[in-house]
Amino acid sequence: MNPASISSTLRTRPSPFNLVAGLIVLAGLVVLVIRFTQGLGAVTNLSNPYPWGLWIGFDVLCGVALAAGGYILASTVYLFGIKQYYPLLRPAILTGFLGYAFVVVALLVDLGRPWRLPYPVFYSYGVTSVMFLVAWHVFLYLTVQFIEFSPAVFEWLGWKRVRSWVAKLTIGATIAGLILSTLHQSALGALFLLAPTKLHPLWYSELLPVFFFVSSIIAGLAMVVFESTISHRVFRDQVDSHHLARLDGLMLGLGKAAAITLFAYFWLKWIGVARGQHWELLATPMGLWFLLEMLGFVALPCFLFAWGARTGNVSLVRVTAMLAVIGIIINRLNVSVIAFRWDYAQRYWPHWMELLVTISIVTVGVLTFRWIVRRMPVLRAHPEYPEPG
Amino acid sequence: MKVRRREFLKLGAATAAAVAEAAVAPPKARGAAPEAEPCQAMLYDATRCIGCRACQTACRQGLGLTPSVDDEGLYEQPADLSSTCPTVISAYRNEDGTEWSFVKHQCMHCLDPGCASACLVNALERTPDGAVVYDVDKCIGCRYCMIACPFEVPTFEYDKAVPAISKCTFCYDRIANGEVPHCVKSCPTGAIRFGDRETLLREARSRIHNEPGRYVDHIYGEHEAGGTAALYLAGVTFDKLGFPAGLSNKPIPDLTKAFLNSVPLVIILWAAFGTGLHRFVQRREAVSSGAAADVEGVEGEP
Repeated sequence: MNPASISSTLRTRPSPFNLVAGLIVLAGLVVLVIRFTQGLGAVTNLSNPYPWGLWIGFDVLCGVALAAGGYILASTVYLFGIKQYYPLLRPAILTGFLGYAFVVVALLVDLGRPWRLPYPVFYSYGVTSVMFLVAWHVFLYLTVQFIEFSPAVFEWLGWKRVRSWVAKLTIGATIAGLILSTLHQSALGALFLLAPTKLHPLWYSELLPVFFFVSSIIAGLAMVVFESTISHRVFRDQVDSHHLARLDGLMLGLGKAAAITLFAYFWLKWIGVARGQHWELLATPMGLWFLLEMLGFVALPCFLFAWGARTGNVSLVRVTAMLAVIGIIINRLNVSVIAFRWDYAQRYWPHWMELLVTISIVTVGVLTFRWIVRRMPVLRAHPEYPEPG
Repeated sequence: MKVRRREFLKLGAATAAAVAEAAVAPPKARGAAPEAEPCQAMLYDATRCIGCRACQTACRQGLGLTPSVDDEGLYEQPADLSSTCPTVISAYRNEDGTEWSFVKHQCMHCLDPGCASACLVNALERTPDGAVVYDVDKCIGCRYCMIACPFEVPTFEYDKAVPAISKCTFCYDRIANGEVPHCVKSCPTGAIRFGDRETLLREARSRIHNEPGRYVDHIYGEHEAGGTAALYLAGVTFDKLGFPAGLSNKPIPDLTKAFLNSVPLVIILWAAFGTGLHRFVQRREAVSSGAAADVEGVEGEP
């Protein structure tokens, strides 16, 4: 951007969206100054019984789950060879990459000594820790996702040789992405395996890693539907017309896949309850909350996805995707915050400044997504690189 | 094809190197001792404690911790563990006052500590003497140790820009020199004893045997969470004294072992499955496009 275009940009009045987004980010930055000068206690309601709050529960756990679309679609297209999903692949990988990048941003805010973030990778290895696994995998997977997305960057920059070189890494990166995602999606659930006395028995299960992995597939599929719903409204000018024509069929296909995965997940969760023999807890207030999660946010979207896919009702699939995304968010917050030390008298509730920082980080994520989509071939194919298949 | 495979192998090798160690590292790698191995321990007898809190004060003085005062500069004994108070005496009393007890809260110094297994940078480790110690120079402040500890012992400095975890050190430097921890030394009634864990367990058993009416028949810490170096005797059941309900005798690190052990399996099987699937799809495409003779040369990506 040259100086002339910068000054012309500054002269144009910002749109209401940009104005609101700018104010949110500005307010978030103010909170960050307080947080880094006065400590976490000045802006959060975290305490010794509740060392993890909204930033870990939402920004990190939900962020990683909802970024799963990248590995799901890359595996679908490149490993299973279902190439008609290719138009959804780049936005999914971009969502995934940005999702992880902003998970790291949230971690930098939440860690007591964030400048030591590279320690587990370069300095001191706590190999018995599930957290060590998570740290390594997020680090490696960010690299993999950058490789996966980089063809779009190099097409935009016009670097043909580099582009053809990174394209050769695609299959390797996809398989690495599948391995890394499987392990750290499940590892986020495994983090809580060592807190059986703190996590409510209906949510605690030795199957937690399996639950987190399987539900990450649901989150990935639902997010691809959700993200394409938004993208194709907001960035209509970016989308190729023949993509739009095929899009409905793809949405129905994703809805069907999500219905099958939700169905499996629903029964897996009951195996968890059955193994622990906790049926009597279902009649308690926490039990009713568990039932609401299971019926309202697993069984219901499962049924609606299946119904929408069967009757060809694309709008129903799109709405259900939102329901499924909310369900995943509820599940991750349940495990990390709501059902964690549920029995404690002074319950954790996020401070408004915690919420503000979370909203700021999401806002910057959305702005970054928009910036890239408007410039690089994400929603449309680059004229020189027609899509495969 | 070659480039892809090499890249993939490199990535796989890096991951494998990082995690394979986790899977094969024996529990002793962290200095964790099985219950039978001799180590130092502390026996707190709640029925002998008079709640004077001399231990609390001696601990803070010994470690050079400044007591926090209120807005008017007045000092009160803190109710909870914190960075300036690694041990706290609390009192329990039932509603009609017929049953009461003091209890000393501090780090339990587990024989196989969950906090140390949870730390991704080895900032928490168990010394051969039995002390679970914290190294502030490694800590990144993720607070996973606080999630891991069933006794909710590690605390975090939420009020500091450069915070640290804090917990009882078992006065590891003193016990290495044959001295006893500050709290033990300061106790005027002998309610806290320090020494070899087996010896103290025998002592505890004989106390219960000699005065069965005085004690509940339970030495807390003998087996809990795989055994701890802080051992407790009391006249009331331990769930009333702030100890976690439903804690099993399994060491906390064992709870994540199965998962960590499955990591190399997932890597190997997924790598094989992904590669195989890709080759299968490639071949199917080649066959359907009539180029079966040249399957090897088919490129799968854009």
